[in-house]
Amino acid sequence: MTYLAKPKLHHPDLPKNALGLTRRDYEGTISTLCAGCGHDSISAAIIQACWELAVQPHRVAKLSGIGCSSKTPTYFLDKSHGFNSVHGRMPSVLTGANLANRELLYLGVSGDGDSASIGLGQFAHSMRRGVNMTYIVENNGVYGLTKGQFSATADRGSKSKRGAVNTDEGIDLACLAMQLGASYVARSFSGDKHQLVPLIKGALTHPGAAFIDVVSPCVAFNNHEGSTRSYDYVRHHNEAVNSLDVITMHKEITAEYPPGSLQEVRQHDGSVLRLRKLADDYDSSSRIAAMSYVQSHYARGEIVTGLLYVEPDAIDLHEHLGTTMRPLNELGDKELCPGSAALAQFNASLR
Amino acid sequence: MIVLGGGNTAMDCCRSARRLGGEDVKVIVRSGFEEMKASPWEKEDAQHEGIPILNYLVPKSFQHEGGKLTGMTFEKVKAVYDDKGRRSLVPTGEPDESFECDQVLVAVGQENAFTWIERDIGIEFDKWGMPKLDEKTLQSTLPRVFFGGDAALGPKNIIWAVAHGHEAAVSIDKFCQGESLADRPPPHMNLVSQKMGIHEWSYDNNVVPDARYAVPLKELKLALKDIRTEVELGFDPQLAWKEAQRCLNCDVQTVFAPKLCIECDACVDICPMDCITFTPDGEEAEVRARLNAPSDNASQDLYVGAGLKTGRIMAKDEDVCLHCGLCAERCPTGAWDMQKFYLEMTHAGPGCRSRETPRQAA
Repeated sequence: MTYLAKPKLHHPDLPKNALGLTRRDYEGTISTLCAGCGHDSISAAIIQACWELAVQPHRVAKLSGIGCSSKTPTYFLDKSHGFNSVHGRMPSVLTGANLANRELLYLGVSGDGDSASIGLGQFAHSMRRGVNMTYIVENNGVYGLTKGQFSATADRGSKSKRGAVNTDEGIDLACLAMQLGASYVARSFSGDKHQLVPLIKGALTHPGAAFIDVVSPCVAFNNHEGSTRSYDYVRHHNEAVNSLDVITMHKEITAEYPPGSLQEVRQHDGSVLRLRKLADDYDSSSRIAAMSYVQSHYARGEIVTGLLYVEPDAIDLHEHLGTTMRPLNELGDKELCPGSAALAQFNASLR
Repeated sequence: MIVLGGGNTAMDCCRSARRLGGEDVKVIVRSGFEEMKASPWEKEDAQHEGIPILNYLVPKSFQHEGGKLTGMTFEKVKAVYDDKGRRSLVPTGEPDESFECDQVLVAVGQENAFTWIERDIGIEFDKWGMPKLDEKTLQSTLPRVFFGGDAALGPKNIIWAVAHGHEAAVSIDKFCQGESLADRPPPHMNLVSQKMGIHEWSYDNNVVPDARYAVPLKELKLALKDIRTEVELGFDPQLAWKEAQRCLNCDVQTVFAPKLCIECDACVDICPMDCITFTPDGEEAEVRARLNAPSDNASQDLYVGAGLKTGRIMAKDEDVCLHCGLCAERCPTGAWDMQKFYLEMTHAGPGCRSRETPRQAA
């Protein structure tokens, strides 16, 4: 952290997006996390992704729970809506907000404590309901705010800073999300923005429950020898299965790749997820194959990253429930109180 | 009163003329206003005192009546640049302009003249009449004679003249000691960490976006009354403090230690100017093109740190650095440090002599 505000001055050639905004316009206040925290890199990646997509800041709602990761929404998108919920309860607040106004872009930011421990149940149900959101877990494997105890995602056998060995099995949130029905599941690393930024862009444009597990080293408590969440360990064991380009409707497709190495996924909104295979035997369109690949590589000590699974024809919560197409705050008396004839007709349908 | 010329001397002439009773004083220059040699603040001060500066006018003739000067005529010109960027002043074809005057001050510069040096004493001159010198030692072809200032290498400013004085003094010292003049010790250089605490530096690193604070001036009427009156009143302590806050701390350098770096990207994320990039190594021109922000000023070297664990390099574009030190504050391992640069030029005296020379017995 630092006591100084980041100077407003910026590079004279800083580019502007379609809205005429620079990347700096998507920043928040200066971070108070520890120096070198992976979470700050994820915040920078979210800023970059929102700038590249030319997202209107006031059309975004960022929600979080409690923890180091859940503090980070303060550090990006300061012109967006925000809600800092009770510990582990971000998914239900997000679900409620989404039901009330389906037109906003929902960004849930959580940590391994917030989502895999106290909020595991909430996490599970928001995934299986297919809430249209981008759910990012900043996963460092420790409870940083309480001095570095193992979290529920810490790998069995990994060592704490003081030498204690973790004997509990770690929860793989990405596999859990796939199993629970999330329609866009990715894993990435805070130290690799080339991979992370497109994954966030893909998640923001995905019309269903999108989940990204981002390995984010805790410099203060989990960046030592024996840790499986340190910068060095993740760099050495990172196995990227594909690389993603997100092509929005307005952008012309220019890059060329050898045939067969590309997979294109067209989404509802017209955007295209262009996947370049890095692992020949990886198939991101099969949920079961993806889970099995991730698990078998995990057994070999590898961390599989990239877009693990995507379902282009995802159906979200609103479609399941058949709710109105308009945000509730736009409905007038006429729609909300359709009159006694309509009521009589409705009652008759139940008889 | 007409002042011819566009340098700082012309600005002094016109302002002095106003104080010595000149009521209608104007400056007339050949070049455009922007290209005038005078410092911007000098031009600003002259205009502030009601002196018009008329540009693109080339003197053509003086008019006089009965042995008295009555005015001057000027040809109107415009600046035309050729494909090499060289400027020539071309007549616009508009009618000449005439200005009445009874005095003209010619402030168009001076040239060196060494007519007072006999040509047979061993000092050689080049075809422009300037002494042939060794540019480093400032020694002429007559070994006992040294030159400095405008007389040495042509017109430059007083800072160069002082530097020449130091260099010539070193030369003379070594000459008197019978040492080689070419063998000059390099200047003393030092870098000292400014870190005092986690977020504390022994320099003020808070960048303020304020524009320049102008120095308060004496009331124009009073300033013009007496040539001895100082025009600039100077800053009061509060304003001086504000102006000092604008200091860019150019002497404080960002120093990078690749061995300590864990490549967490914290410095990249916090840098307000996007001037730090971690990237694969390559040829300079190609590396410059793929930095986080374009680095177009090739005359400013990139600062590169190699030997990182991933095999990448750290490349920093020094051209836009604000010296705010946020990279160093955000660095978890102290790989970045803010260090004050100190340069001490070699002075004449024992320090400039070569160590091999045996000391003479007292």
